[in-house]
Amino acid sequence: MSEIPGDLKYTKSHEWVRIEDDHLVTVGITDHAQAALGDMVFIETPEIGAEVEAEEACAVVESVKAASDIYSPVGGEIVEANANLADSPESVNEQPYGDGWIFQIRVGDTDELEGLMDAEGYEAFCAEEE
Amino acid sequence: MTKLTVLNQAHRDAGGKMVDFAGWDMPLHYGSQKDEHHIVRQDAGMFDVSHMTVIDFRGEAVQPFLRRLLANDIAKLKTTGKALYSCMLQEDGGVIDDLIIYYIDEQHYRMVVNAGTTEKDVAWIESQLDDGVEIAVRKDLAMVAIQGPNARDKAMQAMPEQARTIASELKIFVGAFYGEWFIARTGYTGEDGFEIMVPEGEAAAFWDALLEAGVKPCGLGARDTLRLEAGMNLYGLDMDETTSPLESGLGWTIAWEPAERNFIGRDALERQKADGVKMRFTGVLLEDRGVMRCHQKVITAEGEGELTSGGFSPTLNRSIGFARIPKGDSKTCEIEIRNKRLQALIVKPPFARNGQSCIDI
Repeated sequence: MSEIPGDLKYTKSHEWVRIEDDHLVTVGITDHAQAALGDMVFIETPEIGAEVEAEEACAVVESVKAASDIYSPVGGEIVEANANLADSPESVNEQPYGDGWIFQIRVGDTDELEGLMDAEGYEAFCAEEE
Repeated sequence: MTKLTVLNQAHRDAGGKMVDFAGWDMPLHYGSQKDEHHIVRQDAGMFDVSHMTVIDFRGEAVQPFLRRLLANDIAKLKTTGKALYSCMLQEDGGVIDDLIIYYIDEQHYRMVVNAGTTEKDVAWIESQLDDGVEIAVRKDLAMVAIQGPNARDKAMQAMPEQARTIASELKIFVGAFYGEWFIARTGYTGEDGFEIMVPEGEAAAFWDALLEAGVKPCGLGARDTLRLEAGMNLYGLDMDETTSPLESGLGWTIAWEPAERNFIGRDALERQKADGVKMRFTGVLLEDRGVMRCHQKVITAEGEGELTSGGFSPTLNRSIGFARIPKGDSKTCEIEIRNKRLQALIVKPPFARNGQSCIDI
């Protein structure tokens, strides 16, 4: 069973979202997602300063097997990207909710955060997808 | 209907992540594809390759038949058990499949073909069959490949005593029978080891004995990165019916001599050679960060080509691939990945074999 922390929000495309303050969120991929994708070998993080829309593909994780798009959970401006992933893409496998975070967004419209799932909702969503 | 090898339960017991491969339910990995790759380069891993097909050819006319059927020449095989790698071609020179054939005796040869191509291979062989040749598709055999620097030692521990003696004496690229077993010192990883055919009923016990001897199960994912590092082609990606061996880095497998041997596809290949082969097949090593994948565009000074295989090399910690590009002397190229052009070097495979990198980075 994969780990689903209770203090995070989740998307249907298996990103997690940590709300840092009213307008800043950190994004990564869930434990369930990293396990399904396999060993990570390259992470293409978004450019800092880029404007993204909700559900827009803005990063790519490449595992030994395949490349997968990472979608922005909300619209806003990319303000930070995890530079350590260049040398340690395996952080996404080892600590998906910690050192394996991918980017941070300054959220445009905080109402968009309301549309995300909570841990319970995401767990049910994963169970349904199986 | 998904097909299961006789080792399916063993894969599930070992935590295999199962995927569909050419209609077979096979393990992609058992936890970490990268770890499995390193185990084969550094120690000993095993692969269930029972989905591949063994075909026995028997009869008094078997030699002339196989000399016509295959682009490589089985007349090169003079000692019992010796193996030969060959392509089987269409009349137009397109590759139907690549295969290994073993010389058992003058009236018996054993062939191993790919899983995904089995039906068309058998149909083609039957359509070409001569009097005095009979084939038997050996669905009753399972096959396990044990590969790595410690593979032979560990695999021998798992064998019955007599089999151990036979296995210990095998030279590279030679196989031998032990009763119904066939033990061959061959593989698809660039490491030493065995490929062993056993009757289906004995496969699970042999697999367990190998586990006991410390051989780690490895999935199809590692098998792909290992063969890519070792510079070995994969049918369906690197060559198929639309490409000839001359455009696929497989010119070395065509036996042109003796000139009077008229194998299927010979006329087409000779015409292609006379006209000049327009494309070359080569290895590529990505200099920038990223991962090359098959079908991505390759840009060279001589024009555009395509990656036929691509992936991440755990040994080199870089992305490697094979490409079919216009003939020329270019030493570098660009790879188009998600609308960006990344720098790559054109290099001669293999990238890694026998636990070592073969490329200076």
